[in-house]
Amino acid sequence: MMRLPTFTYVGAKTLEDAVTALADDPEGTRLVAGGTDLWPNLKRRHQGARSVVGLRRVAGLRGITGDPAAGVTIGAMTTLTDILRCPMLRDGYPGFVRAVASISSPVLRNMGTLGGNLCLDTRCTYYNQNEEWRQSIGYCMKEVGDTCWVAPGSPRCWAVQASDSAPALCSLDAHVVLHSTAGERVIPIADLYNDDGIVYLTKSRTEILTEIRLGPAGARRSTYWKLRRRGSIDFPVLGVGVALELDGGTVSSAKIHLGAVHSFPVAATAAAAHLLGKSLTEDVIAEAAELAKDPASPLDNTDFTLQWRRRMVGSYVDGALRELAGLPPKATPSVHGEGALALEV
Amino acid sequence: MSEHVTATYRVNSEGRTIAHPAHHTLLEVLREACGLTGTKHGCELGECGTCTVLIDGEPQLSCLVLAREVEGAAIDTVEGLEGRDLHPLQKTFADLGAAQCGYCTPGILMAAKALIERKPTPTRADVCEALSGNLCRCTGYIKIIEAVEWAAALCRGESGARPADASLYGVCKEKPHG
Amino acid sequence: MADRDQPRIVGTPFRRVDGVAKVTGRTRFADDLAFPRMVHLKLVRSHVPHANIKEIDTSAAERIDGVIHFVRGEDMPNTFGILPVSQDEHALAFEKVRFVGDAVLGVVALTEDAAEEATRAVKVDYEELDTIGSVEEALVTSTDKIHEYGDEGNIHKKVSMEFGDVESGFDDADLVLEDTIFYEGNTHLAMEQHAAVAVPEGDGKITVWSATQTPHYVHRALAKVLELPAAHIRVIACPNGGGFGGKSDPFNHEIVAAKAALQIGRPVKICLTREEVFYCHRGRHPVTMHVKTGFKKDGAIVSQHLKTALDGGAFGSYGVASTYYTGALQTVTYKVPRYRFDGLRAFTNKPPCGPKRGHGTPQPRFALEVHLDKAAHALGMDPADIRLNHLQPKNSVTANWLKIGSMGLEECLQKVIDGSGWRQRYGKLPEGHGLGIACSSYLCGAGLPIYWNHMPHTGVQIKLDRSGGVAVFCGEIEIGQGSDSVLAACVAEVLGIDLKDIRLCVGDTDLTPVDLGSYSSRVTLMMGNAALQAAERAKELIAEAVAERLQVPAGQLVFAERRVFDASDPERGMTFSEAVATAESKFGTLGTTGSYTPPRSPGRFRGAGVGPSPAYSYSACVIEVCVDRETGCYTVPKVWIAHDVGRSINPALVMGQVEGSIYKGLGEAMMAESALRRLPKKRSNALVHKFPSMLEYKSPTFLDMPEIVTYLVEDPDPNGPFGAKEVGQGPLLPVMPAVCNAIFDAVGVRIDQVPAHPQMILQALDDKARGGPGRYGPKRFPDVSWGEPLRVPTPDEGGDGKAINAEQVGVRGGTMKEDPEGVKS
Ligand SMILES: Cc1cc2nc3c(=O)[nH]c(=O)nc-3n(C[C@H](O)[C@H](O)[C@H](O)COP(=O)(O)OP(=O)(O)OC[C@H]3O[C@@H](n4cnc5c(N)ncnc54)[C@H](O)[C@@H]3O)c2cc1C
Ligand code: SF4
Ligand code: FES
Ligand code: FES
Repeated sequence: MMRLPTFTYVGAKTLEDAVTALADDPEGTRLVAGGTDLWPNLKRRHQGARSVVGLRRVAGLRGITGDPAAGVTIGAMTTLTDILRCPMLRDGYPGFVRAVASISSPVLRNMGTLGGNLCLDTRCTYYNQNEEWRQSIGYCMKEVGDTCWVAPGSPRCWAVQASDSAPALCSLDAHVVLHSTAGERVIPIADLYNDDGIVYLTKSRTEILTEIRLGPAGARRSTYWKLRRRGSIDFPVLGVGVALELDGGTVSSAKIHLGAVHSFPVAATAAAAHLLGKSLTEDVIAEAAELAKDPASPLDNTDFTLQWRRRMVGSYVDGALRELAGLPPKATPSVHGEGALALEV
Repeated sequence: MSEHVTATYRVNSEGRTIAHPAHHTLLEVLREACGLTGTKHGCELGECGTCTVLIDGEPQLSCLVLAREVEGAAIDTVEGLEGRDLHPLQKTFADLGAAQCGYCTPGILMAAKALIERKPTPTRADVCEALSGNLCRCTGYIKIIEAVEWAAALCRGESGARPADASLYGVCKEKPHG
Repeated sequence: MADRDQPRIVGTPFRRVDGVAKVTGRTRFADDLAFPRMVHLKLVRSHVPHANIKEIDTSAAERIDGVIHFVRGEDMPNTFGILPVSQDEHALAFEKVRFVGDAVLGVVALTEDAAEEATRAVKVDYEELDTIGSVEEALVTSTDKIHEYGDEGNIHKKVSMEFGDVESGFDDADLVLEDTIFYEGNTHLAMEQHAAVAVPEGDGKITVWSATQTPHYVHRALAKVLELPAAHIRVIACPNGGGFGGKSDPFNHEIVAAKAALQIGRPVKICLTREEVFYCHRGRHPVTMHVKTGFKKDGAIVSQHLKTALDGGAFGSYGVASTYYTGALQTVTYKVPRYRFDGLRAFTNKPPCGPKRGHGTPQPRFALEVHLDKAAHALGMDPADIRLNHLQPKNSVTANWLKIGSMGLEECLQKVIDGSGWRQRYGKLPEGHGLGIACSSYLCGAGLPIYWNHMPHTGVQIKLDRSGGVAVFCGEIEIGQGSDSVLAACVAEVLGIDLKDIRLCVGDTDLTPVDLGSYSSRVTLMMGNAALQAAERAKELIAEAVAERLQVPAGQLVFAERRVFDASDPERGMTFSEAVATAESKFGTLGTTGSYTPPRSPGRFRGAGVGPSPAYSYSACVIEVCVDRETGCYTVPKVWIAHDVGRSINPALVMGQVEGSIYKGLGEAMMAESALRRLPKKRSNALVHKFPSMLEYKSPTFLDMPEIVTYLVEDPDPNGPFGAKEVGQGPLLPVMPAVCNAIFDAVGVRIDQVPAHPQMILQALDDKARGGPGRYGPKRFPDVSWGEPLRVPTPDEGGDGKAINAEQVGVRGGTMKEDPEGVKS
């Protein structure tokens, strides 16, 4: 049986408890929400902790308030299942809810939280392995090694951004609230992510993510397409979050974010810009899909081959845009989260 | 030796006060400190579903729960499923051969119990989705799906004929996803 | 025999006898056991793929709180292995390591946490050697040999045999087709991780509880390595949480736990992590194949030449048998009048391969069935007909001297052809949708045991007394396949009692008669026959005593409904317990035995030991796929499968085995692979398993399973108990080729390799669009000089089962000297 290392556990009751504990020893302390990412990482020893601060009993971090007309606030400790069971989120932010529906499996969604999902460590098949395996390759740059085995000449780590909700929330212009002993700040969610596989978040280690804020849903259409091997459990090897507004027949705003093909949820800005002011014809969509491949940098550190994943960026962006345009699909996504949405009504 | 904690757990509606290493997971505490070895493990990393138990009625993976975080919560394991008689799920799993080696069975039973309590009339798609975090390497899932559907019918008080008989010897079966 | 003609239990979907224990959590798997004073063992495993061990430094580990003992390889110098011809494993390596994961030291501590921590504190100094990562590399590398034995260089085993004049057959053919095909390795991935507990008895004796499919062979290995009399070692096989062949070898962790327990006088437990299970492996060999066949215009095969190259990994395991198996069963489905087989197995610095569900036969079966599909298209035939029109007849002997008894493949084919609407739908489905067909066959146990001897392959003992309870003892092991239920059903059926009246004691080398193990689909047929024999003998004793008391001829007595009574006057009789008491009064304490040894097979040449079986099961399968041309992704919405099981002892359990086989087969066809990875050679010597985890080694979920229509074909085999044949392995085999054949029907490209990943389909589609052949697969078969094949005239040629050039070919040095004839199953 794989065992956790020993650490000091702090069961925080208030946000103040938690931020104080973090401030005491920011380098040696880790937060735990649902634990579905932290515990495996500690068991495999790619993360270490002198102490772990549990957020489970902190009052006020779990729940969904507001409405799509005015905007919705989601507490960081809200579980993924809570989100799926919230009808107003389904109505207002279908892309986001669909992303959540396609995360892992129902048991894991009962445990995993939205805050944990957004702060999920980046992943790599040279890194998400047991300690004994990593010793066999002499470790890598994300740990004590000095080489990135995915791109041995590279000075940086290319571990993959693996959260499904992050690209969806980026495309919806969500904001996150960060809390520390120094106070509170609100930043656009896209700014939470750093272009680096190691220091993948911009937030400091003393900050706790407390809330996710979604603006008014308005007339925005959104969707999320996820590519993965199996119908459940698997992390994305590609995620496409798209949100669009149409004015008359033409696109007045567009956001496309790609997950799992870079160390952060990368914006396909040229593709999105290409749509602006145009109506969503098959040709326009196909052109945008081609442009979307450009910012993707899939490497050989997930399931499937990188060449194929790059090609799928085009197919999936094309598919997502066609769905929002009401056109019949060319490609069928490997998972759309429908089953989870039907189950959790 | 590592630091120990003393905590009180509510397992299968019985209170138990136990001293155990502070860093142990619920899986370890159930199997090693409580002697409840009915809950199994296949990866200890959240990847297989074998260790599923109910925490406050929701299926969760006991390998990824720090035991002390669920002090006071209602924890249900396979050992609590049976009353004087087998639970309908246990009956249907045993009768249909939905447990072959039986190793995935305790976890799947717990996930299935939560499903039929929340959705007494699950569709076949619901059954597949609800159990999709639980791997079984023996059965190909078909008998499990049939057993859950049959048990749901029994729980609803329907007399519920044994479903597999109709599908024996080549009579077409319904689609798992349909 | 009257009641055997109309069985009450056999043939009904009764509740399996271990069902309640399994749904209540009461089944005790190996890791569920705990004993007073038990301590925990962990193994330090090599992190380098190939090296000499210079030094093992335990000083830091010794200082960890709770660490009490280390077990060293030098303490166990004797080698072991499953086959007598490849005793090439040490319980702990002490001179050199051969793959990442090879165990070098045992650490015992009061808790598993401390043992785990201590393994990380052990420092091992290695002198690294060159590594071999593939068959091609093994063929050209002669330095840094992985083993000192083998046919040549790093080739473990090389075999070549020819049945009839194959070349002249090609000359007679209207079409000669050649294909090169690759089957990636994969693993069993039983949900239960291997575990064992060794309990010293205090008087030099020891009991080892283990999750093993083969307690008999664990017993042998323990005796050899521990240097103890076998009689002082007791091995108890716990019910396995899935086996699939992955728990069929004796393993180092079992031996080290026993050694540690003897050394410190305390119970020692070990449970492997999932990653370690990937290192134990013994999974499906990666095999490159070349198949060349001459066909007549009507699709009849005139001649076939198959070459296989197996990547064996670091140890022998079952590898010699696996090599033969890649050639042995190609002849039992369709008529192959002339046949040549060349096979080789290479040592590589990877986890050792071995037997997985279908042992050695799914790979060549894949090649053959894809190849036939292509032949049908080349000849303008329906792929169903090329199979249907040329089936090997029942009660025949194949070119390579396998004796076929019952053969229900024609009926199987008809069932799936009709059920799937093949005739109306094949080749006519809308774009992207396709159907594929394939067949297969499998053994019901090997004709010869691993250690050549004249003793039975299995035995059953029955003890009865006045309580009316019947205790049945057998060395068989319940691995989920339902063997306990078969055992109980056979006995209950004959004695006319309830399953509830039977108490089983199984898999215990002290208490139960030897059964060779739960592998090669041998249990139902062999154990079933032994159980019938023991039960019939018990019935005879009881009948004699009852006949005397009732004054009724013994032959007129019926055993049914827990009673023994006069067939002509059912009122005249007694309860079963009274009947047993009557017999006990007459004969004294009652006990009977039964045993089973398979019939001798007609082949008399070297290598003829692999392939013969008392009976062969048959399966036919049609699979529907739906391929997305845009992405190459595909789904399998529906599977039709028919399996000739001879006779179902329990149809519900048979269906479960078929469904489980489809599941495993689809996993192998679509996603599951045990791929290894090298790092850039300039920077690293690493050669590691790519994905040794439950998450990245892809096993289909509930949402990935198709609808399955199962047809059980029952053509009772005279050699099977109640006519029963195997079901655990055969139905897996047609799945992989049926998927690839269906992909061809759907989008017109050939994927000559599994798993068939979406990117391969896209690549083949691109190739086709550019005017290429539209194929994805291996380009070539490695260059091998096979030398002179062993020539064996076929039965049609009037052969006598012997080779005509045995002297010229001689015995290669490939096997260890112990017993050159000993590799049989
Ligand atoms: C088998 C498996 C499959 C998975 N598949 C997917 C998948 O398909 N898609 C996907 O997106 N994820 C997947 N996950 C990852 C994970 O389950 C989810 O991302 C989950 O939402 C994480 O939430 P958590 O609460 O469990 O996180 P935790 O493990 O508690 O935390 C994750 C990280 O975030 C930090 N953190 C947590 N909360 C906060 C906070 N409020 N403020 C600051 N930092 C915080 C923690 O310190 C930790 O570093 C999978 C996990 C497993 C084990
Ligand atoms: S991308 Fe490179 S540095 Fe980062 S985890 Fe993977 S191998 Fe290590
Ligand atoms: S043991 Fe595999 S999910 Fe917990
Ligand atoms: S019954 Fe064996 S794993 Fe499910």
